[in-house]
Amino acid sequence: MSARWNRRRFGAMLVKETLQILRDPSTFLIAFVLPVVLIFLYGFGVNLDTARTRIALSVQDDGGAAQSLAGAFQHSRWFEVVTTGDLAAMQRDMVAGRVRGIVVIPADFSQHIARGSGGDIQVITDGSSPNTASFVGAYAQGVQSAWAAAYQFDRGRHVVPAIAIDQRFWFNPELASRFFLVPGAIAIVMTMIGTLLTALVIAREWERGTMEAIMATPISMSEFMATKVIPYFVLGLGSMTLCAMLAVFVFGVPFRGSPLALLAISSAFLVPALGQGLFISAATKNQFVASQIALLTAFLPGMMLSGFLFEISSMPRWIRTVTYLVPARYLIPPLQTVFVAGDDWSLFLPDMAAMLGFGLVFFALAVRATRRRIA
Amino acid sequence: MNTAGFGRILAMIVKELWAVLRDPRARITLIAPPLLQLILFSAAATLEVKNITVGVYNRDGGAASAEFINQLAGSPDVQRLIPLHSAQDVSAAIDDQRVIAVVEFDEGFSRAVAARHTATVQAIFDGRRSNAAQIVSSYFERIAAATGAALRPAARPAGEVIITNWFNPNLDYLWFIMPSLVVTISSLSALSVTVQSVARERELGTFDQLMVSPLRLHEILIGKMTPPLLIGLFNGTLYLIVIPLIYGVPMTGAVGSFYFALIFCQLAIIGIGMFVSALSQTQQQGFLGMFLVTVPMTLLSGFASPVANMPWWLQIVAQANPQMHFMIISEGLFLKAMPFADVLANTWPLIVIAAVTLTAATLQFRSRVE
Repeated sequence: MSARWNRRRFGAMLVKETLQILRDPSTFLIAFVLPVVLIFLYGFGVNLDTARTRIALSVQDDGGAAQSLAGAFQHSRWFEVVTTGDLAAMQRDMVAGRVRGIVVIPADFSQHIARGSGGDIQVITDGSSPNTASFVGAYAQGVQSAWAAAYQFDRGRHVVPAIAIDQRFWFNPELASRFFLVPGAIAIVMTMIGTLLTALVIAREWERGTMEAIMATPISMSEFMATKVIPYFVLGLGSMTLCAMLAVFVFGVPFRGSPLALLAISSAFLVPALGQGLFISAATKNQFVASQIALLTAFLPGMMLSGFLFEISSMPRWIRTVTYLVPARYLIPPLQTVFVAGDDWSLFLPDMAAMLGFGLVFFALAVRATRRRIA
Repeated sequence: MNTAGFGRILAMIVKELWAVLRDPRARITLIAPPLLQLILFSAAATLEVKNITVGVYNRDGGAASAEFINQLAGSPDVQRLIPLHSAQDVSAAIDDQRVIAVVEFDEGFSRAVAARHTATVQAIFDGRRSNAAQIVSSYFERIAAATGAALRPAARPAGEVIITNWFNPNLDYLWFIMPSLVVTISSLSALSVTVQSVARERELGTFDQLMVSPLRLHEILIGKMTPPLLIGLFNGTLYLIVIPLIYGVPMTGAVGSFYFALIFCQLAIIGIGMFVSALSQTQQQGFLGMFLVTVPMTLLSGFASPVANMPWWLQIVAQANPQMHFMIISEGLFLKAMPFADVLANTWPLIVIAAVTLTAATLQFRSRVE
């Protein structure tokens, strides 16, 4: 291997690598089919905005107040009452997962209301889905307090709360979870192309020995790395563009930043992603092991430790420290910002610098691993 | 089946186990990822929002706003309050994600409380993190109610909603995550072993050699199915031991029911893996095909979000997902002491999926030979 760059040689290698990628149908699957599937799933399937939850309602009181509260539950936009009556049957429904909560209006409820001495109701939730359970509890409280205020008001007793909160959600007033999930899906797709696909393809060349054949040619190390990486870089950007178009035009995710900023942020992320893929393939030289390691060190941290699904600030301290080593952590905030908020270079630049820093480290490691392999 | 057939299958199984367990690095990748995922997930996966930073823009300066700020500072979920001094400060703090939310009191806040009107707090949230923002807004509602009660005790006691959480009294998210992980991780390892063992032989051309050997196609397939099934059962057992002992999540159901459902879930997953590898020519195509299947399967399993929240047509698609059925069983057996009748009701779809995918894979392999 010489250290010189030769434009003709470089061009020929680039054409060869590009053709090789374009010829394989699995590349097409990952770069264009997976993004579409992911965006559709995140757009439709992964819905953190709770729809109507199925509950059981047990009214043990014939009084007017109890019946009126029961009506409030039946007409609530948060609940769908699917069973009434027998408590034992309700319990079986909870175990089988047919209902997520049981609301019990006890026998003395109307009496308590009439006397003005409280009037408690009981709500039993299915704790095996903690998220849904806490929604059921909170919404039941909401239904009850709205009902109580209306009931008191009808009887001329007007109680004003001391403090009300006027809530405003900037950037995403309807709180649609797809606004943050879809940019997150872009991060996953770029991780897949940058790290998993690159690691697999190059590990295959090592496995089959074609890598040594290329090494024996006069091509220089930097030329060689560049020809391997540039086609995937372009592929990653292409696939990101497809995702962004789908997100904006099909799922109505706003795009308030500039395309240039999106391009800059994505390019900055692809550098560490590709570097990591190169390094994994050079270090393992085995497709199965490379795919497992790419899954474990790029895909899973990208999903779990990037702040895309789970809030980083809520994690225990040691794992918060670990998140600083995950390049995707620096991608999610600028990506979400460029979609729903707009260009904010004071937020973008430090994150981009961090990603490029990781990229340098990974490429240096990849060069070292490749050199050692040949020697 | 005659004894010669049995001997052939046994030889095939031994060969397959060797093929999977021979490479020390491959051996490690079968054990280390499941354990690492367990540790990572248990620490990282939380839907709680803690240690938040809130901006405070106080133009009031009276007693009522001071009380509210006190309550806010005393909340266990709030880590830090940042005083802000202008509207520009407020938008800058939110834009740069220094705070998740800002509370703002206008000049007349304390006067309104003293005059027995309803005083309004402005709360602004970073909607980019809409889920976290929603949870923080529920914290603020609670703080407003507590502050209101402290400032102006009610004359009449209002009725309360007494909430009891069955199966998981403290709504510990870990109790949900652990039984779900059994499903997603054991599926992932079974799938990758299946795809690897078939796709590798196809790429190297040794699969065709197997096809022309005296082995029948079903014998080859049984041999190929055994290692992933055993590895899936091994990981399932590991989790069954680790989850109650180390993470303290109760296992309230019957262990026999768990294995019954686990075996059929693994067979359904292996069937899908066989079908994917029947369609791919190389290992690379196999892996990527597997990935294309795994991601939607995990997302539609009820792990990332409840299946009930999905549109109806996607709920129908989710019926073909083995992970979704096994997720119901696993949650049920760990936390709810699910009776066998309910387990069975969720297992038969797994049996159907296994039968369909394995038949499809067999037909695909056969058509390649002829």
